Amino acid sequence: MTRISVRVDGASYDDDVEPRTLLVHYLREQLGKVGTVVGCDTSNCGACTVHVDGEAVKSCTVFAVQADGAEVTTIEGVGQGGELHPVQKAFHEMHGLQCGYCTPGMIMASIDLLGENPDPSDDEVREGIEGNLCRCTGYQNIVRAVRHAAADMRGNGSGPSANGHVAPAEVDTAAAPHVVGQA
Amino acid sequence: MTAVEERTGTEKEIGKARRRKEDARLITGRTTWTDNMVLPGMLHLAVVRSPVAHARIAHVDVSAAQEAPGVVAVLTGRDLAEEQGSLPCAWPVTPDMVNPGHPSIAVDQVNHVGEAVAVIVARSKAAAQDAVELADVDYEPLPVVLDMEQAVQDGADLVHDHLESNTSYHFVFDAGEAGTGADTEQAFADADVVVSRRFVQQRLIPAFMEPRSVVVQPQGDNYTMWSATQIPHILRVMLAMVTGVPEHKLRVIAPDVGGGFGGKITPTPEEVLSLLVARRLGKPVKWTETRSESLMTAHHGRDQIQFIDIAADREGNVTGLKVRLLADMGAYLRLVTPGVPVLGAFMFNGIYKFPAYRFECDGIFTNKVPTDAYRGAGRPEATFAIERIMDELAAELGMDPLELRRKNWIRAEEFPFTTVAGLQYDSGDYETATQQALELLGYDELREEQRRRRESNDPVQLGIGISTFTEMCGLAPSRVLGSLSFGAGGWEHASIRMLPTGKVEVVTGSTPHGQGHETAWSQLVADSLGVPFEDVEVLHGDTAISSRGLDTYGSRSLVVGGSAVVKAADKVIAKARRIAAHLLEASEDDLDFADGKFSVRGTPGASLGIQEIALAIFAAHNYPEGIEPSIDAEATFDPENFSFPHGTHLCAMEVDTETGFVKIRKYACVDDVGTIVNPLIVEGQVHGGLAQGIAQALYEEAVYDADGNLTTGTFVDYLVPAASDLPHFDTGNTVHTAPGNPIGAKGVGEAGCIASTPAVVNAALDAVRHLGVSDIRMPLTPERVWRAIHAGGDGGDRASARTNAQAVDSSDAPSTTGGAR
Repeated sequence: MTRISVRVDGASYDDDVEPRTLLVHYLREQLGKVGTVVGCDTSNCGACTVHVDGEAVKSCTVFAVQADGAEVTTIEGVGQGGELHPVQKAFHEMHGLQCGYCTPGMIMASIDLLGENPDPSDDEVREGIEGNLCRCTGYQNIVRAVRHAAADMRGNGSGPSANGHVAPAEVDTAAAPHVVGQA
Repeated sequence: MTAVEERTGTEKEIGKARRRKEDARLITGRTTWTDNMVLPGMLHLAVVRSPVAHARIAHVDVSAAQEAPGVVAVLTGRDLAEEQGSLPCAWPVTPDMVNPGHPSIAVDQVNHVGEAVAVIVARSKAAAQDAVELADVDYEPLPVVLDMEQAVQDGADLVHDHLESNTSYHFVFDAGEAGTGADTEQAFADADVVVSRRFVQQRLIPAFMEPRSVVVQPQGDNYTMWSATQIPHILRVMLAMVTGVPEHKLRVIAPDVGGGFGGKITPTPEEVLSLLVARRLGKPVKWTETRSESLMTAHHGRDQIQFIDIAADREGNVTGLKVRLLADMGAYLRLVTPGVPVLGAFMFNGIYKFPAYRFECDGIFTNKVPTDAYRGAGRPEATFAIERIMDELAAELGMDPLELRRKNWIRAEEFPFTTVAGLQYDSGDYETATQQALELLGYDELREEQRRRRESNDPVQLGIGISTFTEMCGLAPSRVLGSLSFGAGGWEHASIRMLPTGKVEVVTGSTPHGQGHETAWSQLVADSLGVPFEDVEVLHGDTAISSRGLDTYGSRSLVVGGSAVVKAADKVIAKARRIAAHLLEASEDDLDFADGKFSVRGTPGASLGIQEIALAIFAAHNYPEGIEPSIDAEATFDPENFSFPHGTHLCAMEVDTETGFVKIRKYACVDDVGTIVNPLIVEGQVHGGLAQGIAQALYEEAVYDADGNLTTGTFVDYLVPAASDLPHFDTGNTVHTAPGNPIGAKGVGEAGCIASTPAVVNAALDAVRHLGVSDIRMPLTPERVWRAIHAGGDGGDRASARTNAQAVDSSDAPSTTGGAR
């Protein structure tokens, strides 16, 4: 057993962990932070993505002991003062999730992406989150959500406008433009 | 007919892009996945699995595992042989179908890699997994049966040596014999043109994101099971039948479930084992799979070899269709394994007016994990075959593939239309959907670009693929299921509880795992009862709360389950009307119900809200004689027909003839799913279906090596596409309401997955057909595409799927038009 000190979502923990314990298992099993989930064994799916000292990591590829002394943020800690993070809001607003299993990791990866690139194009979003798999959405609404959040975080509430064809869901998803009327 | 009445004063909920109620917990990590559950004294299971595909178990020594730290018990197949029963198969598709039985844990023989041979029970998951390594099993190898075409030969090695052959069943539908069409042999004898093809539907893995997980808590002689399942109700019945735990002593809960796509539709060996271990030890237990366990042992989908013959006259009028399938069952029959191809049997004729049709299917055992439902279940296979063969016929006749389709499809004025397979297609307009899809794609410009590239001999060729599809969904009319020998009905149940404060609880037998039932059902009830959307709570997935249900699969939830909700709301209104008449001192006949209020016709101001009535009847101080003091109601809806969504899907694809790389330039589709309750959810379902259908065409393939090892057992090798692997989708809708349900909705969950695969493959072939290529095996890896172009044939067997991950190059915006690379 190894002693670690770690801050997770704003609270401090001192714990004994087995050296082989993965960060994700420490978070889930010792801290009860079950908002962060496990989707694969090979670091392909990204469902377990959290931030360690502000950077997105797949918490299944990090040992808990490597997080000693670090500040960890999970999906449970991204909201501030009872308010959702703009990326959380955007996933809801743009229907960027269905079953929701990939969502915590997808949101954490997206926040990291927007930290590096505050105004990504569609393709930059697609490449930026390619380490995170979603089986439900086909990604299009995730891309919308990330760009919507980007606009929101830049202080432009009207949504993304710079690159490509992303539009707020109301416009792009309304059946109306293509509906020929009830038969 | 319906309680979805016109609401005058307030905006209707149906049709509104409501943001989902489910999201609040999912975007904040406040979820209830089964693996999150921790119970006092809970033990953890790990499964020792066979590393060989086919062998007799000579000896099992678990003594070392038993001694390992933290290990509480180790149980082998022998230990559980008397109580494990057989996993159920609910669909004996023919009277003489052979079902070898499906043990949850192997006793004497293993029949696929990954089959359970022992269960470790330990204090922690890590301890259980560590001890797996210590179990010592001797296997005496048996010949491995993998190839269906070899497996049906005389003298072939047998998967189950106590059976006569590897064939489980031979199912035939012959329209001539059924009286729904002409004689097929005659049609082919008389045909001007016959085109015959052999298509391969590769084996796929549903690959839901949440690994399966089971928790069982024993309480005296009662058991509560939490499971990541699509079917808590069916699971409860089946577990009772399999294990002998009486049904009323068993409660099954599907909490938040992270996707299913058919992959969580069958009772699993691990659910049975968890229940048996909990019963034996009297302790709560949990089993959660790893991803590699999931890919290796959760059931797979598709896996058919299709022999398709189409007959036509010179003008392009189709005159007959013959289908012969070999369908890989895997080693055992799970819940609907044999029925999947049969669900497709009635769809191979697609949207076309074939006068003659014959379908035959052999279900074949191999030493692989069983197949069962995967998104579309039978209909993607059928749609692929017909949409591919229509292109082949068009090529043979020298006709435009769209013209050939137009010439043969059912015209809008011909609905309802009874097909050669005996189904009555409910409503639709293929021409209008096609026109809109062509506009969305920018068809004419792309055809022009295709011509330019062809003339200039551009190494990057462009193709446009068409798929005009329909499917049968909304499973299902119970009597039809009965006629197909299915072991259950297809109804759905709902109940509505009117709480004293006016809030409404809706209990549904449908079981969502991402589909947004809580939101959509709230919209239905808000419109029906005239209560605020926010006042409705939807309860599901717990057999103690939702007493009756048949769960979620086959694009049935809204069409069947939503209809039950609407019917229950009708009954609530009818009951409330009597109370309202009593309290308003008016005749029931003089009451109008709108916007949640009963008002007395001709008496302005005299009105009573349904939420007020809920409180009045809770108090029950004043209500009519002879009735119960309740306005709660329940309903069971059994559809009389399937619903038949349809649409036109178009894919424009670039094929690099020098490297074999394919890239989707643009994808456009127009789907008709009837009434749209929530356009956000509908669009999301289409997107997700497209992703999976495109993934079948381009990326995914479960590959077994010659020894029967799954070589695509991780997400490194089994290519679930990432965002950068998929294009933008341009989607649209036409709306022809379904006459068969009060909402007017058709299923949408599987449409994108069913329609898109042939559109993508047809697009690739359209790009290179002039180079002599007439088929390329899925998935269209660069290796296969290159081989098909440069070496002929269909690109061959078992190309590595990995190399195709860059097929959609996201650095080029997928929806831009024009411009050669």
